[in-house]
Amino acid sequence: MLRTALLSLAAALAASPTLADWPETLEAARGQTVYWNAWGGDARTNAFIAWVGEETEERFGVSVQHVRLTDTAEAVTRVLSERAAGRDEDGSVDLIWINGPNFLSMKEQDLLFGPFVSDLPNAEYLDLAPDAAASLDFTVPVDGMESPWRLARFVFAYDSARIDSPPKTMADFPDWAAANPGRFTHPAPSNFMGATFLKQALVELAPDPARLLEPTDEAAFAAQTEPLWAWYDALRPHLWRGGETFPENESVQQQLLNDGEVDIAMSFDPASTAAMIAQGLLPESARVFVPAGGSIGNVSFVAIPYNAANAEGAQVVANFLLDPAVQARMQNIEVMGSFSVLDPARLDEEARAAFDALPTAPALPTLEALGPTLPEPHPSWMTRLTEEWARRYTK
Amino acid sequence: MRSRAGDGRLLRGAVLGVVIAGILLPILAGFWETSRASFGLLPAIGASEVSLAPWRELAEMPGLATSLRLTLVTGVGATLLSLLLAIGFCAAVHGRLSQRAGGRILTPFLAAPHAAMAIGLAFLLSPSGWIARAFAPVLGWDRPPMLATVNDPWGGALILGLMVKEVPFLLLVILSALSQLPVRAHLTAGRSLGYGRGIVWIKVIMPQVWPLIRLPVMVVLAYALSAVDMALILGPSNPPTLAVMLLRLFSDPDLSRILPASAGALLQGALVALAFAALFALERLVRAAGLWWLRRGGRGVTAEPGLRLATWFTGALMALGALAMASLLLWSLAWRWPWPALLPESWSLRAWSTPGSGWGAALATTVILAAGSTAAALALAIAWLEGEDRAGMRRGGWASALIYLPLLVPQIAFLYGLNVAFLRLGVSGDLAAVVWAHTLFVFPYVMIALSDPWRALDRRLLRAAGSLGAGPWRRLFAVKLPILLTPILTAAAIGVAVSVAQYLPTLFIGAGRVASLTTEAVTLSSSSDRRITGVYATLQAGLPFLAYAAAFAIPAFMHRNRRALTSEGIA
Repeated sequence: MLRTALLSLAAALAASPTLADWPETLEAARGQTVYWNAWGGDARTNAFIAWVGEETEERFGVSVQHVRLTDTAEAVTRVLSERAAGRDEDGSVDLIWINGPNFLSMKEQDLLFGPFVSDLPNAEYLDLAPDAAASLDFTVPVDGMESPWRLARFVFAYDSARIDSPPKTMADFPDWAAANPGRFTHPAPSNFMGATFLKQALVELAPDPARLLEPTDEAAFAAQTEPLWAWYDALRPHLWRGGETFPENESVQQQLLNDGEVDIAMSFDPASTAAMIAQGLLPESARVFVPAGGSIGNVSFVAIPYNAANAEGAQVVANFLLDPAVQARMQNIEVMGSFSVLDPARLDEEARAAFDALPTAPALPTLEALGPTLPEPHPSWMTRLTEEWARRYTK
Repeated sequence: MRSRAGDGRLLRGAVLGVVIAGILLPILAGFWETSRASFGLLPAIGASEVSLAPWRELAEMPGLATSLRLTLVTGVGATLLSLLLAIGFCAAVHGRLSQRAGGRILTPFLAAPHAAMAIGLAFLLSPSGWIARAFAPVLGWDRPPMLATVNDPWGGALILGLMVKEVPFLLLVILSALSQLPVRAHLTAGRSLGYGRGIVWIKVIMPQVWPLIRLPVMVVLAYALSAVDMALILGPSNPPTLAVMLLRLFSDPDLSRILPASAGALLQGALVALAFAALFALERLVRAAGLWWLRRGGRGVTAEPGLRLATWFTGALMALGALAMASLLLWSLAWRWPWPALLPESWSLRAWSTPGSGWGAALATTVILAAGSTAAALALAIAWLEGEDRAGMRRGGWASALIYLPLLVPQIAFLYGLNVAFLRLGVSGDLAAVVWAHTLFVFPYVMIALSDPWRALDRRLLRAAGSLGAGPWRRLFAVKLPILLTPILTAAAIGVAVSVAQYLPTLFIGAGRVASLTTEAVTLSSSSDRRITGVYATLQAGLPFLAYAAAFAIPAFMHRNRRALTSEGIA
């Protein structure tokens, strides 16, 4: 009995390593180069990642090499091919900026290192309650296998010089598009943003939105998506290029907005419109709107593959990203403008002041204007939605 | 004499060994791994049962039929149209355009990588692009017209993009073939018999040119059927061409998609093989029909309007290409350039002034890759040709096939498998592995560029050197290589251009860690900032151009006091 008790005590201790390990992690990380695989389509994010690398190099001797991806799945595939080849250590990917389905895929295939989040000293600023935003990725429990770094909210952008009143709800889009033929589109649903557009509509149109938080099945999918397809069939003929082709991602669509080919773009970053204006990539008259009932939001994470060559360095970077000063810099519209993932209640006076002092811009929406955050459906919905869309509209 | 032939055989054997181990084996290994995955064997994702499921899954892919049709229409269409235009243009301007002058005009188009050209064309042709902006005030467009001028579901923009790159290539190939034929004599004879210029071309000259350009045409066909970078940027997206569909499957978050992707990769290979078979069948058919037509002896209708049309179209294509490249440079210098302004509203050097933002490192990587692969390919090519000389042997058909092989097999058919094989060897993601992968594709072009000048070398010089006591190595380094400086540097410039343009090999074998100007430019082409894309694409196009300029300038300087060796001396 005693032996069993001791064993389980030892197991419990081993399962929750204390912060005492952190100096060791810092020590091991010194001199490492972290290959951070992150989508490379956004210049501000790229610049921010470069800055993070300079800082961690100076403070912890950890340099960061940004591996720019067109699609996060590339990194997943890479880890996978490495396992195929039996490369179970010294892998080429150290850190991945990851989102729901890719996380689920890696978690299910045991391709992740961890749990590690609770070991990070800066995790104290996070709300890690089981139902908190930072503990769920598309309703899938994070279980400490990925660390949050930025908050995403689905928003639309439009050029106020061209249109006065954008659609108020998702249900209004078909009428608006019929009145303005060819002036609206969405990224291809094979792309994350295109799928999110469909999900936003699904969340508003589904007979029972609560069902979307559970894994889908045939019957539920048919019942919950029926109004969505009716809505989409009404919308599609009025889309840009007759709904025959779609921009590859939200950046391309934003370029279409800038070129005047469409009147509405979309983004997962409420600050991006203001930032793009400052960068000369959108007209001064561009503004943000969200559907009246609120919009889908989620937290972006970083994860470490199981075979990462520089897992310690990757943890140092993940921890650095959660530093309140770094999060405030990230939220600064002049830097990146991504909303912070930290829990304001856990911040001290100084940190809160840093957030309050951040500059503002005409195209930057206030938190109130963004309305409530709607939860992401379970990832199985997105997968099925994308497949069903392809089945229906790819001929 | 005997020992010299033995020496030659040794060198030849060594070179052949390197080529087989370094080029043939990787391709076979890549095919092997791809085939295994296509039948359900990829242990990494727990796929360990042989089955036809990947093929079924591929067959059930939405839009696969459309995708295949698109691939055939764009690939075969672009090749046929390019060939027609190139032949027509040559027929019209030959005699007025020497191979050298032609080379000089065509160089910028050959040097510009496919991806850069595609990015430029995408802006030029889009409904809010340069051409539409020029017409906007005339036609009173306050908004870009609702026309699908790029990414059109028919693949028209993709065909056009491929043609802008392939017509100059075929022109150069045809001009070089013509330089080996007594064209003027044929034309004179034909015309004195009452045949029109165009008819002489079709009836007399083309049948002689065709065997000389058949392989390059096959290269163009294989490329056009499987191009990834151009199809990503200019092609339709829903569904895309097969190669793009496969790239998407290979990078799907659902890892099991790699299996149907591998099946698709083999299908891509089969598609190219099928196209080759059709080409051979067509060749036989035309040969039979042509013979009958020749014997009938009709003077025929005049082909002049057709020739004029071809000249016209070729000129228009080149103008498009030039404008596309110019638009890249302009974008890289712009700050705001909104519709419908014909020129940027405000200018900025910001995109250029921050090499630290990424282009500095990408430029360095690209230079290293190009220099490494070109040096390796040149050394191998020179060793091969010298081995042929010493062994006193002509090149067999199998050897030519071996050299051309990497250009005839679609890249996507074996590169993913090759990556798996490289991973097993633990070399994936290495800069050296990428240099190797580039060499696969650089070597054939270098070999093709160098073979003819090498054989045309005046053998009397070598005999003179030999009679003065120079051994084979001294003859190589002191006589052959200095005399062949111009063709060697030209081959090197071509090698640089080929290396800089490589997209899939850098992406797959580099495991994404190796970021070249091309991979970055393609990634950026789906971003919102044309100005930064402009910087990458300009650099990407500028690098090969510099290499060509150096290939022209260095011999001119080195041989400034050797008139017979200046470029005027050697054509």
